[in-house]
Amino acid sequence: MMNKRFISLWFRHLLTDWFTLRRPEFKALPFVFASPVRGRVMITATNELAEAQGVTTGMTAADAKAIIVDLQVIDDIPGQADKLLKALGEWCIRYSPLIAADLPDGLLLDISGCAHLWGGEREYLKEIVTRLRSKGYDVRGAMADTPGAAWAVARFGKVKPIIPPGEQADALLPLPPPALRLEPLVIERLQKLGFYTIKTFMGMGRSVLRRRFGQELLLRLDQALGNVDEPLQLLHPIEPYSERLPCLEPIRTATGIEIAIKTLLEKLCHRLQGEGKGVRTAILKCYRVDGHVISADIGTNRASHHIDHLFKLFELKIPTLEPALGIELFTLEAPKIDDVDPEQEVLWQSESCGLDDTDLAELLDRLANKIGAGSIHRYLPQERYWPERSIKPAISINEKPQTSWRKDRPRPSILLPRPQPIEVTSPIPDYPPMLFIYKNETHHIKRSDGPERIEREWWLDEGEHRDYYQVEDQDGRRYWLFRSGHYAGSQSGQWFIHGFFA
Amino acid sequence: MPVAKKDIISRLQKDILLWQGFTPAMAGKAKGIGLGPLEAAFPNGVFPTGTIHEMICPTPEHTAATGGLISGLLTRLMKQGGVCLWVSMHRQLFPAALAGYDVEPHRVIFIDVQREKDLLWAMEEALKCEGLAAVIAEVREISFAQSRRLQLAVENSKVTGFLLRNDPRKLGSTTCVARWQITPLPSQTHDDLPGIGFPRWQIDLLRVRNGNPGSWKLEWIDGNFIPVEEEKAAQINLQERIAG
Repeated sequence: MMNKRFISLWFRHLLTDWFTLRRPEFKALPFVFASPVRGRVMITATNELAEAQGVTTGMTAADAKAIIVDLQVIDDIPGQADKLLKALGEWCIRYSPLIAADLPDGLLLDISGCAHLWGGEREYLKEIVTRLRSKGYDVRGAMADTPGAAWAVARFGKVKPIIPPGEQADALLPLPPPALRLEPLVIERLQKLGFYTIKTFMGMGRSVLRRRFGQELLLRLDQALGNVDEPLQLLHPIEPYSERLPCLEPIRTATGIEIAIKTLLEKLCHRLQGEGKGVRTAILKCYRVDGHVISADIGTNRASHHIDHLFKLFELKIPTLEPALGIELFTLEAPKIDDVDPEQEVLWQSESCGLDDTDLAELLDRLANKIGAGSIHRYLPQERYWPERSIKPAISINEKPQTSWRKDRPRPSILLPRPQPIEVTSPIPDYPPMLFIYKNETHHIKRSDGPERIEREWWLDEGEHRDYYQVEDQDGRRYWLFRSGHYAGSQSGQWFIHGFFA
Repeated sequence: MPVAKKDIISRLQKDILLWQGFTPAMAGKAKGIGLGPLEAAFPNGVFPTGTIHEMICPTPEHTAATGGLISGLLTRLMKQGGVCLWVSMHRQLFPAALAGYDVEPHRVIFIDVQREKDLLWAMEEALKCEGLAAVIAEVREISFAQSRRLQLAVENSKVTGFLLRNDPRKLGSTTCVARWQITPLPSQTHDDLPGIGFPRWQIDLLRVRNGNPGSWKLEWIDGNFIPVEEEKAAQINLQERIAG
């Protein structure tokens, strides 16, 4: 197993640095963030100038104002630190894919196997810290085998920020107990008993420590030493099927993006082919130089690991990807994968394809990705007489009809979405009209069939039944008419046209 | 000498047909589409599959009749278990009606697009997909270049395409192999019984490439296109006139 390495970044003045970036006029002023807690206004963050004069977090604003007369107190923005850390974490994704926000003021990076890409651990850490400092954040970073040790050294270490593999125990010894990420109560108790460094209690018996300070101390100690694994809450949980492609030079052209997509697909599909799986949905994310992330996603009707096909789907999306100043990192994730039906060798090439054909599925994928999956319909029979409800849309391409299609009743080739009212002359009850007027044209009915009475489904909607007639006019044009309700003399039901027969 | 010349000319004509994608009917392979005498209008006397047909439907009544004829043709085209795509913007076809023509409606996939541009794109993509039984598209306008693209697509894939043109004023020249117009005709019942008889259409082939345009009357009876016997029809008319 590869040796794990972690970086902990500590933003010493996260909120105030951010505020100074937005409002440069505050750069030379001591200021703090504060929020009311139980009737008192407590300081939640300070800037460097205020801190230098002895103002710390946890003070009341009134006390701080006594120390610094012209102290600016700004209302705390709840959740801002979380938001900032997430954004900074997103930015750091160029250094490592595994990044966790470490509230309230830090980031944890799992950098196993990343440092050599930047020419070694020292250069790697230096690059991250200098880049962040040049952005305007006062940041300290440390590297160690465990997140706990890196955290401790970043905040309390005085000698060197990079702890060589396996030496985290030595590095922890001279540090004070708060470096172990403990509850304030435990820290207080440790200090009361005179444990000012970790060295003083690390060698003590575990049962003794547990009895005095609780399980938490042991857990934190074990985590820092690497005896217990500490899982990180990653900003971007790693999809089991994902590929990364960092670029040396930012990519700005469509051709470049095409090559990137192809490379990623080749890697992903090669792996999927080996496992007999295929992509159902895939997301391409492009990390731009200016910090924005743009993405394109595709979906398929059937699991596919066919590179050309998946590329064709992405190809349709390339025009929507705006590279701006350039893309420096591409990632391809497949959040949804499925088993691929093994393709059987065809002995006799049949002339036409059925619904389960791969070519057809690929065609439908392309159509769905360009014009929307909602525009593809297929219908199955439904055991209902009401014409509008006699068919239902199929859910998937493989869904088979549950009942057979009825052929015993004539149904028109064209069915109007809504029946249109018509004017009729119908002298005899239960007979079709002699003539009807539809769109200002008079049709004299020469032949007719019917009626076919179709009752309304009373459990769904109320209203009159329909008596359908199939009629043919003087020119041989065939229509589907119905009378709504019973024939009742002068107050006879309204007539409608509902379809056209072939 | 003139005989030899005639031979050369007929051979050249055959070559041209071959180059244009019309393969002569093989003795064993001639299946026919069941259109009866109408098929003689086409080159080599075979209904050309793997090409694009254009059908003019100026009114909903024409569209309904065309739908009937196409359904009848689909029965043949989809015999081997194929799938058919129906691309349109304002679809009115009632899928359940296809069942009356022995076409399984669930094997027809409807693509309902929002824009005319997508429509032609979708049709072209579909025509490129080998193995589809047929692709039908309801188009208002198509330029010669666009129809050429469709033609190129079917030349490789051998899919049969149908363009339903619902605006007769916008008919330009296209590369389609034939231009059809199907008009409903008054039906006739056996022995003048009351009610409506089998669907009957007048089929006009307005334009056939390398073929002979003409006009035919067909009836759809029990899953077959049956040519209407004019004499019989005339007789019935005569009888009617006497009776009337």
